[in-house]
Amino acid sequence: MDWTRILVNTAGEIFAPTTAAYALAAIGLNVHFGLTGLLNMGQAGFMLIGAYGFAISTIAGWPLWAAVLVALAAAALFGLLLGIPTLKLRGDYLAIVTIAAAEIVRLVGRSTALTELTGASSGLRGNSYKHTFQDASPFADGTVALGPFEYSMNASNSWWIRIVGWGLVALTCLLIWLLIRSPWGRVLKGIREDEDAVRSLGKNVYSYKMQALVLGGVIGALAGIVYVLPRAVQPDSMGRPMTFFVWTILLLGGAATVFGPLLGSIIFWVSLMFIKSVMRVGVPESIMRTEQIEQFGWVIVGVTLMVLVIFRPQGILGDKKELAIDVR
Amino acid sequence: MRSAATRDRSTAAGVLLALGVLVLTTLFTLVPAPSAGAAAAGPCVADAATGCINGTVTTADRQPAVGVVLEVDGPGGTVQASTGTDGRWSAPVTAAGQYTVTLDTTTLPPGEQLRDPSGNPRTVTVELGSSAGALFPLGEPAGTAPGDQATDDASEPSDDASSDVGAPVGSSASGSFSWSRLAQQATNGLVFGVLLALASVGLSLIYGTTGLSNFAHGEQVTLGAIMAYVGCQLLHLPLLVSGLIAVLVGAASGWVQDAGLWHPLRRRRVGITQQMIVTIGLSMALQYTYQFFLGGGQLRIVTTNPTMLTLGPVRITMTSVVSLVLSALVLAAVAWFLLGTRIGRATRAVSDNPALASASGITVDRIVRLVWVLGSSLAALGGVLMGLYLNATNWNMGGALLLLMFAAVTLGGLGQAFGALAGSIVIGLVVEMSNLVIPSDMRYAGALLILILVLLLRPQGILGRAERIG
Repeated sequence: MDWTRILVNTAGEIFAPTTAAYALAAIGLNVHFGLTGLLNMGQAGFMLIGAYGFAISTIAGWPLWAAVLVALAAAALFGLLLGIPTLKLRGDYLAIVTIAAAEIVRLVGRSTALTELTGASSGLRGNSYKHTFQDASPFADGTVALGPFEYSMNASNSWWIRIVGWGLVALTCLLIWLLIRSPWGRVLKGIREDEDAVRSLGKNVYSYKMQALVLGGVIGALAGIVYVLPRAVQPDSMGRPMTFFVWTILLLGGAATVFGPLLGSIIFWVSLMFIKSVMRVGVPESIMRTEQIEQFGWVIVGVTLMVLVIFRPQGILGDKKELAIDVR
Repeated sequence: MRSAATRDRSTAAGVLLALGVLVLTTLFTLVPAPSAGAAAAGPCVADAATGCINGTVTTADRQPAVGVVLEVDGPGGTVQASTGTDGRWSAPVTAAGQYTVTLDTTTLPPGEQLRDPSGNPRTVTVELGSSAGALFPLGEPAGTAPGDQATDDASEPSDDASSDVGAPVGSSASGSFSWSRLAQQATNGLVFGVLLALASVGLSLIYGTTGLSNFAHGEQVTLGAIMAYVGCQLLHLPLLVSGLIAVLVGAASGWVQDAGLWHPLRRRRVGITQQMIVTIGLSMALQYTYQFFLGGGQLRIVTTNPTMLTLGPVRITMTSVVSLVLSALVLAAVAWFLLGTRIGRATRAVSDNPALASASGITVDRIVRLVWVLGSSLAALGGVLMGLYLNATNWNMGGALLLLMFAAVTLGGLGQAFGALAGSIVIGLVVEMSNLVIPSDMRYAGALLILILVLLLRPQGILGRAERIG
């Protein structure tokens, strides 16, 4: 068993772009669920909207900043559209509608009717929209090795996307830290704890919820961009399972905390990678085939989510007194 | 304090045990696993009313590729075929014209890929009484740029083709409007809606009695379908027997779930939102467990070609007619149970107001247990019939239908059993008839849009009572 390789692979997950993307998505979901108590089950929809917005406008020849703006604006619009019918309804209705809306985005994206725009179910190839991001890199091309980790500087799965991705994670963490301490954040927490009490203080609960939904969705769109930059935009890889992974990450790290999503994402991907690499080497082909090991990994994720919610809903960093999941 | 802590621990142990039992029972019932699609339909023979499309799929090193699923779509409807042990496949069609043949790349043997991905799907012209070939060579693709794909793509969950499990026989995807097409799609919609109702009545009853939105209900549907597949294809039992086994397994799984998981959680006073997230985790664990044992490909419960009946402008398979009658009978029985029996009245009382029902001497927990068993067995039956109607099932069939069920249940009024029936038929008609106006791969999206519109305009649903639900 080649332990060095397994350990290097596993350690690589700590700062992989995917980990950063999921951390960002979980930070967005934290604004929805941790701060405001909104049950958004469609975070993958926001991510997919962001990914499409960025990729399609880049392919249309727009510069990097404009493409990012398009992605964020599209996610904000999606949040508004979703919020209007649902924010006045009970929590589980919001869950059903957001999950349905995310599915609509995916189904429309993979429909053959829009092949020219979205590439249908095969999606958009990474090389068609990566160039503006790669050209924006201030570093020289080539591969750089840092200890045992060797990646190319700018192309695809690069150091550059790692730097930008984790930079964004740091920035949004700072933003959340400031928000939690601000009067605005206190109103959100009030809504989470007791909506009617906040309403009786004369606050417009609907408008606050809408702002939270849009803000978290925009962060989700950023996560979508970071997620697709090292790969391709494939609608089917950004479906319901993705939303559920983001939820597992958030609940693992601890909702309503600043660093919970970050820690959750790192633990989630590192342990998943570790379990799968060890099993690939340690379990003979006759007992479990390679793709079965993949699926076994996801079964573990599902069971982890159940056990977490039942026994430790506040996660690793959370405070049980602060977060009563069942607010309504 | 102390006793509370002990009780907590014992319920905790109970929950874990139940989880284990649940997963294990699923595992053991599924053990005789992977030989997906080894049996294929008998070869198609062209005659005056039938044309054939056929071909052979061989791997890059000239071995036959077994179990590859192809879908043929065109004027005569949609037919699915899969390759046999010799790599051959054939699909009968009943109308001449241009057909699109799509090879489901997820069913290719591991490591194989199409030599020319742009040639999939491809179009062939078929005439009645003759055969046409459609070849899909496998091997290294000619013009892919190496190093384009990300290195860690292998760790992504596969969710391919999750929304379209298959298409009902006789459903046509393209073409212009005509009254006969309208009638055809309406019939399909009715069948689909009634089958959907079987699945969603349970969802609605469970919501009504416990307040839980069960996101794992789709997996109960899948369970029914794949148990029927296991019975028919792996154990070679007759369809009727394996259908019965599937319903019994479904009922048992409902009992086990409530006894081992949801009852302890209710006793532990775990909040309803928390329970909802638990159902999501359960749904994920079950989906991948199914995939673990049966693979990601299409599973055909019955591999013979269906008998078609022609009633005026409408073509319908014999299976669909039988399913329709069977589901109507079962739904009528459920209605009689709810309206005419004491236990049924008790169930409705619990749905209405659990505290009041409990105070008037109804054992709420027993009713809830019964609802879980009833709901799960209905879902399993729905799954078997849906698997027959869609021609194939897979690990994700229930997951894809789940949102349609939610749409149906919300449309009818959450928690109203008869609302679920009405809502399902509307959703079924919308899904099948939206083919007439929008591309068929967006038909589920139309139904979900209705869900959102209902919440906007009449959140209590068609049959729900107007109340503040915000």
